[in-house]
Amino acid sequence: MEATTADSHHHHHHDHERVEVNPADWTDPKRYAWLLGIVVPLAPFMAWGSVALTGFGGFWLLGPVLVFGAFPLLDIAVGVDPSNPPDSILKWLEQDRYYRWCTYIFIPVQYAGLILACWLWSSGDLSVLDGLGLAFTVGVVGGIAINTAHELGHKRASSERWLSRVALAQTGYGHFFIEHNRGHHVRVATPEDPASSRLGESFWAFLPRTVFGSLRSAWGIEAERLDRVGESHWTLRNDILGAWAMTVGLFAVLAIVFGPVVLPYLVIQAVIGFSLLEVVNYLEHYGLRRDKREDGRYERCRPEHSWNSNNVASNVLLYHLQRHSDHHANPTRRYQALRHVEEAPQLPTGYAGMIVLAWFPPLWRRVMDPRLLDHFEGDVTRANIQPRKRARILARHGVGAEAAP
Amino acid sequence: VSRWACPGCGYFYDEAAGHPREGFPPGTPWADVPDHWVCPDCGVREKVDFELATDD
Repeated sequence: MEATTADSHHHHHHDHERVEVNPADWTDPKRYAWLLGIVVPLAPFMAWGSVALTGFGGFWLLGPVLVFGAFPLLDIAVGVDPSNPPDSILKWLEQDRYYRWCTYIFIPVQYAGLILACWLWSSGDLSVLDGLGLAFTVGVVGGIAINTAHELGHKRASSERWLSRVALAQTGYGHFFIEHNRGHHVRVATPEDPASSRLGESFWAFLPRTVFGSLRSAWGIEAERLDRVGESHWTLRNDILGAWAMTVGLFAVLAIVFGPVVLPYLVIQAVIGFSLLEVVNYLEHYGLRRDKREDGRYERCRPEHSWNSNNVASNVLLYHLQRHSDHHANPTRRYQALRHVEEAPQLPTGYAGMIVLAWFPPLWRRVMDPRLLDHFEGDVTRANIQPRKRARILARHGVGAEAAP
Repeated sequence: VSRWACPGCGYFYDEAAGHPREGFPPGTPWADVPDHWVCPDCGVREKVDFELATDD
């Protein structure tokens, strides 16, 4: 049913409201859970308070402990919830501004935490090790902020697109806003997409490919637009340079106010932040591949081309990002209205736990490769395979290396 | 002057308005928009997927 909805042509002049469910008769079970989204940006404050109370410096690592320790455990403890809002209520649910404010509020908390961290780094009270621990916590906030930016960057309103760029400034990943919307969504689950990982490609091989590939792609997309407009590439009207200028300005102001001692920490937290975003990219489309049609274009992106999860804890942490198939079918749809899709391949646990698994390629392969093969009913040639390993992977599955890609 | 609708989201390309930010000044005919141009709102559907909007 869901695929029919995703593929059906929407008519723009009518709203097709089937009045089976009255908004007043349906309550969103996750409505107040979305407020928990600010737990992560509060991590620097909680870390500071915990160290002050206990004197134990390990608390500086609260951010990573929360996201890579507590959330995977919560995913297992709380379990899954595949329930969807009724179709007839989606429009009403999307226009409820309460949900928007849940994402907007993330950004001031994110930057308050960054300022707190700069103040702590410059205070002279922290050892280098404590400072690095705090940089990891701030970096995790920055990485989760890219997810908030992702939600806002898909919207039509220029105010939300601007907030998206503000959220990206901390990690210097302003080009993500262009590459993700105009590059990744177009080429998802194809060998051409730098942000779609391949069977046999470890996270550590994927990381440099996606970081530099996405950068190159974003520049190409923006250069083509500027060529059409008839503008130079080297202007702040280049959205990439404009977004990076925000980062340079931010880091410069922080270095002037708190001293240049904060600069190395700012760079470290940015690398941690965008690496967190990229490990999420790694698990969203691992090995999945769209077929090429006879006219040379790729088939439309279908629910089968994204890994999904209904684990509640990660879904609340990441604003339903794990309902990834519906996101690719309807990129402008607001997070609260994203639906579980029956045909989509499911991950064995939430994104939080899968992130940790991705850092250990042998474990990742053991868990994910059989699952991917099952998804393709045992036919490995249907996977998006790492070219370097293609012959070896095909041979292992008893397929000749000449099999068409 | 015609309007073309993205079949995936609510976006319209209106020839009268064009899309200056994308490099199509007002009055740019649909025929002058390159085939690989992707919907600026959803980023999923390409020009060739767009449908002529007859009424509104």
